[in-house]
Amino acid sequence: MDCYTANWYPLGEEAFYRKLELYSMEWGLREDLRDCVVAAAPYGGPIALLRNSRRDKAPSSRPLLEIYSASGLLLASVPWKSGRLVQLGWTAGEDLLCIQEDGTVLVYNLFCEFKRHFSMGNEVLQNHVLEAQVFHTEFGTGVAILTGAFRFSLATNIDDLKLRRLPEVPGLQQPPGCWAVLSQDRVTVVLLAVGPELFLLDNTSCSSVTPPGLSPSAGPFLHMAVSFNHRLLALFCDSGYIWMGLATLKEKFCEFNSTVRSPPKQMVWCTRPRSRQRAVVVAWERQLMVVGNSSECIRFVLDEDSHLVPELDGVRILSRTSHEFLHEIPEASQEIFRIASMAPGALLLEAQKEYEKESQKADEYLREIREQQLLPEAVGQCIEAAGYEHEPHTQKSLLRAASFGKCFLDKFPPESFVRMCQDLRVLNAIRDYQIGIPLTFTQYKQLTIEVLLDRLVLRRLYPLAIRICEFLRLPEIQGVSRILAHWACSKVQQKDKSDEEVAQAINQKLGDTPGISYSEIATRAYDCGRAELAIKLLEYEPRSGEQVPLLLKMKRSKLALGKAIESGDTDLVYTVVLHLKNELNRGTFFMTLQNQPVALSLYRQFCRHQERDTLKDLYNQDDNHQELGNFHVHSSYSEKRIEGRVGALQNALDEFNKARNDFAAKATEEQIKLLRLQRHLQEDFDKPYLDLSLHDTVSTLILDGHYKRAEQLYREFKIPDKRYWWLKISALATRGDWEEMEKFSKSKKSPIGYLPFVEVAVKHHNRYEARKYAPRVPPEQRVKAFVLVGDLEQAAEAAMEHKSEAEMNLVLSRCSPGTDGALAEKLTRARAQLLKK
Amino acid sequence: MAFAGRRDAPEPPDFGILKRLARDQLVYLLEQLPGKKDLFIEADLMSPLDRIANVSILKQHDVDKLYKVETRPAPGASDQFCFLVRPRVRTMRFIADVTCDEWSFYLLPLDEDIISMELPEFFRDYFLEGDHRWINPVARALQLLNSLYGPFGKAYGIGRCAKMSHELWRDLEEESEGEGQGRKPEIGHVFLMDRDVDYVTALCSQVVYEGLVDDTFRIKCGSVDFGPDVTSSDRSIKVLLNAQDKVFSQIRNEHFSSVFGFLSQKSRNLQAQYDRRRGMDIKQMKDFVSQELKGLKQEHRLLSLHIGACESIMKKKTKQDFQETIKAEHSLLEGFDIRESTSFIEEHIDRQVSPIESLRLMCLLSITENGLIPKDYRSLKTQYLQSYGPEHLLTFHNLKRIGLLTEQAAGETLTAVESKVSKLVTDRAAGKITDAFNSLARKSNFRAISKKLGLIPRVEGEYDLKMPRDMAYVFGGAYVPLSCKIIEQVLERRGWQGLEEVVRLLNGNEFSVSDSTVEDNPAWESQRVILTVFLGGCTFSEIAALRFLGKERGCKFIFLTTAITNSARMMEAMIEARA
Repeated sequence: MDCYTANWYPLGEEAFYRKLELYSMEWGLREDLRDCVVAAAPYGGPIALLRNSRRDKAPSSRPLLEIYSASGLLLASVPWKSGRLVQLGWTAGEDLLCIQEDGTVLVYNLFCEFKRHFSMGNEVLQNHVLEAQVFHTEFGTGVAILTGAFRFSLATNIDDLKLRRLPEVPGLQQPPGCWAVLSQDRVTVVLLAVGPELFLLDNTSCSSVTPPGLSPSAGPFLHMAVSFNHRLLALFCDSGYIWMGLATLKEKFCEFNSTVRSPPKQMVWCTRPRSRQRAVVVAWERQLMVVGNSSECIRFVLDEDSHLVPELDGVRILSRTSHEFLHEIPEASQEIFRIASMAPGALLLEAQKEYEKESQKADEYLREIREQQLLPEAVGQCIEAAGYEHEPHTQKSLLRAASFGKCFLDKFPPESFVRMCQDLRVLNAIRDYQIGIPLTFTQYKQLTIEVLLDRLVLRRLYPLAIRICEFLRLPEIQGVSRILAHWACSKVQQKDKSDEEVAQAINQKLGDTPGISYSEIATRAYDCGRAELAIKLLEYEPRSGEQVPLLLKMKRSKLALGKAIESGDTDLVYTVVLHLKNELNRGTFFMTLQNQPVALSLYRQFCRHQERDTLKDLYNQDDNHQELGNFHVHSSYSEKRIEGRVGALQNALDEFNKARNDFAAKATEEQIKLLRLQRHLQEDFDKPYLDLSLHDTVSTLILDGHYKRAEQLYREFKIPDKRYWWLKISALATRGDWEEMEKFSKSKKSPIGYLPFVEVAVKHHNRYEARKYAPRVPPEQRVKAFVLVGDLEQAAEAAMEHKSEAEMNLVLSRCSPGTDGALAEKLTRARAQLLKK
Repeated sequence: MAFAGRRDAPEPPDFGILKRLARDQLVYLLEQLPGKKDLFIEADLMSPLDRIANVSILKQHDVDKLYKVETRPAPGASDQFCFLVRPRVRTMRFIADVTCDEWSFYLLPLDEDIISMELPEFFRDYFLEGDHRWINPVARALQLLNSLYGPFGKAYGIGRCAKMSHELWRDLEEESEGEGQGRKPEIGHVFLMDRDVDYVTALCSQVVYEGLVDDTFRIKCGSVDFGPDVTSSDRSIKVLLNAQDKVFSQIRNEHFSSVFGFLSQKSRNLQAQYDRRRGMDIKQMKDFVSQELKGLKQEHRLLSLHIGACESIMKKKTKQDFQETIKAEHSLLEGFDIRESTSFIEEHIDRQVSPIESLRLMCLLSITENGLIPKDYRSLKTQYLQSYGPEHLLTFHNLKRIGLLTEQAAGETLTAVESKVSKLVTDRAAGKITDAFNSLARKSNFRAISKKLGLIPRVEGEYDLKMPRDMAYVFGGAYVPLSCKIIEQVLERRGWQGLEEVVRLLNGNEFSVSDSTVEDNPAWESQRVILTVFLGGCTFSEIAALRFLGKERGCKFIFLTTAITNSARMMEAMIEARA
């Protein structure tokens, strides 16, 4: 522990930098890195290599595209068969972008599996790619191209490709000395250097810019570097002079003269979020320089050809044999480990060590901290510093110190300690050589656990991902379920297993874990060309509605229809039905519906409002003559002319006959007959008869005095006697033809009796006429009749004759005490007598 | 749930929250369209909307003008249009190119114990056309009520639609991973019933006051327009009929014969209270005016309105026709003098009394008799066509399909259509397959059910309608509504045990499901609160009968219905109007 600071290098007064080895690389590279196109993804991501692409142009040897983990384990490789590659780069989602000379960008996943490709446009295709850069902004991953015509084209988000061609740089006749993509106020611009001049290219214009405080003797720009967060810019000049400042070119931080006049191989920023220290790492063939706000710099000798990977909080340095991390020492670590530090954290660490040695010094140190009342800070420092350590051994001793200090505090909230222990366990697990994701604590917090889990899933490290979820007790839906779903999605791509096996394996593992969508997994299976597997998987989907979209996509429309119906969601049924309608020919479509009554009835409802003729076809298809008949009856009413209406009814009649619905056929026949007759009546009497029922037709005839015609209809349509009599007497009464009524009453014995005559007459306030019929009413209704005509005497007599209490009551209720006193008395007496018996 | 002991019925839960929810969601939707806009409303949503959000709320959210959907917008109106429509093909034809948002407004509380979905077309769509589109809203309504007032511990039901709605609701609950667990429920039980389980009750003439008002004046969305003949002035008055109306709430459930007596008693009391003024000194008079007069005046106003309504009803109903119709109805229910009733119906048709009434009586005859004998079936229909027009050929077809007007089957042989249907019912969706055809074979079995359940009370002497003994009072003591009897029996038995024969006669599809995850605490009041769901509509008579039952047994019935219905509405739904 004494030599802990042995690898610390000071830069200026306050800052220390250290370089530590992450892995010793065993990727067995035979070539030098300089012979390869290299791209390493940030956040400890994978490394892509394309060997001997540039020098060896012999067509016989196909270059090899390889992808390694950060620890140098081969993840996958594939012979490069496409066009000449200019640049490799990684997207934020860890997809590999391979930019070809013709402007085509091929997208691979990190197992070298081709995903898709897109083109950077015609201009690029014609003039070829001279240089390319992959950059990351808040919009996603972008690609910038410098074409052979010295024009820039860029796309800020390759997932939502919108190509932008930047304006021309006036007078540019040769490639710019160097260039970079900047992101300022959510706008992506290109900064380029032509000799000693700088130009800023935005969407519409090209403007000349000058960095403030640039030394006049700087000379042409050879290299530029933009920081991870796009806020800082470094410029390297021909004279070895380095300018460092804001990317907006509004402020200079510092400058440094390296005195090296050859152009550097790479230059990247090495800073930490929230740190005041800013430094740039510059790499040449054999030396590495860390320069910042100090006249001195830190120099490292490079034994091997190296590649720099900028990170959020430092720089990774890759070479054939090793993988190192260079970063500024965070404050907490400085405080604790700086030689002779008296910071509370440092004292606490000492105290704990002494305590382990059972030395009383422990108490002394502890007392010193407590006297200053700095114990909480001490514990906090130790916890924080543990996070920055790569070695589990150091992590442990710091955490032990924190834990020790905590014992002497009453109310130290345990969360920070517990969380740090958990986080470090996760970090140590993924930093393992086999996994090879060398995330720092800072990067991990920036990346978030969700994204880290995604990355593990991308590497198909499902068991580890699940163990992490379980260890961190993440909710199932965010954690385990999601990972299992991804696992299942990759499982369906295993071509060597039968559909049955895969489906079963998936169901066994997933069961009915909440948040699992079997339909999503099935969709993936289908996308991989495994339709049968997809269907098997869909069987496990408990929500029928979810199955429908995929089934439609798979053209299993009939199955989809069944599932939609099962879901009980009629909107979904409609969706499938209308889909089927477009997909199938009419005959098959109808046949399909015939087997699905729910869908059929929905479709019928649709047709009823939208396509009445289709409704007819539907019934035709099914030989449903009854409904066809109804259909024609229905349409007959929209016919204005009698001929049209008769025609439609004739069709209906045919259908009813075919349906053997005698009643409907007869009724329709009668209606046709009536219509024809009504036409004659209209002609004869010049009065509308159409739309009248038989009853109303006859009634109208009587009202108009056409008794003969009415009689004729009565016979022709075999109107029942009762109806005819009712009809005729009420019409006659309305007409006031009492003479005819009397004549009619005597024409033969009334089938409805004579009470109706009384009622009808009374209704028309003709008591005189009513009285004529009262005596003809049969005895059992006579009381009622006499009451109606107002002849209470006779009514009372009849009631007493019948010895009916109810009838007597009826008459009594009509007796008014003033005029019918005697009668009432008589009735009351008779009733009393009746009750006595 | 046991009907143990006589206890006071619990108070119903507060359904005002449903209105607030609907209003908030509507406001939210309106705010999605910032700026002035014209609102187009489908005609049948006007009244419900009025109960949810009045014009001033709409104005507050930049609604400029209100139109009915059918009308064209006035030129120069706002440049944004907002349409409020039911998802129907015919209305969507008026509207093109729109973005859609769903106003998930399923439930309109009409009163403290009645919630309506205001879906009058449910009846025809489901039972006639076999259209399942409204099942989803029913399930969602249950889900909403369950989340607000549940969890419901026990669900009973009968009918195919009831079963499907219940299953869909359970599925929805499962998908949404119920959060309501462990909450103390306000409603403990739910009972779902299809209208086609009991057509008879819905076809009867209503004689409790609220039912009569509905039959006579048509209650719309909980309010009624009393015309000039009621208000004895030259204008109509719109009256909200609910528990807030002090007069109405006392007579709504009464048999009509006792209403008049009550009203005159009430007006005498009122007069007496007015009369107290005579002996008052100045101070007393001041108190009287400031405290009581307003209430008295309000009560007076309502009283005179209801008296007016009663008189108007009396005028219409005390005609001989009505008495005779009721008599014929009772004969049909009891099943005697069928020939006489048939002649009565025939005369009814011949005299063109009323197309709806004639149709209703024909249906009642058919459904109580398990179909008409072939001769009557033909002749009544012929008569009807001659009286009311040939287009009713289609009406009869509808009535046959739905099973309301059928011909007595000669034997039990399957018709061709039936065997075809049963062949189709093979796959997994079998349980959900519609069976519009099934009704062809369906028998109402009313007579047998009536005997089993004792629906026709044996009465010694007069049935005292003022002091009812059972639910039969809602039909003048002649008939206990079948639907309510089933509910009573099932609740009493906590299931369908012992009702197997009845269930068979009702064509099955019964269910009784306990949710084991819901704590079943018999001490909770919710155990005595029952949500009864009528799919296809329920009548005020049924509501009155169950309110009576609730009072008797110390429990509270809450009504959720797709719409308030009555015989006329049901018949109208079946009538095929001329295009």
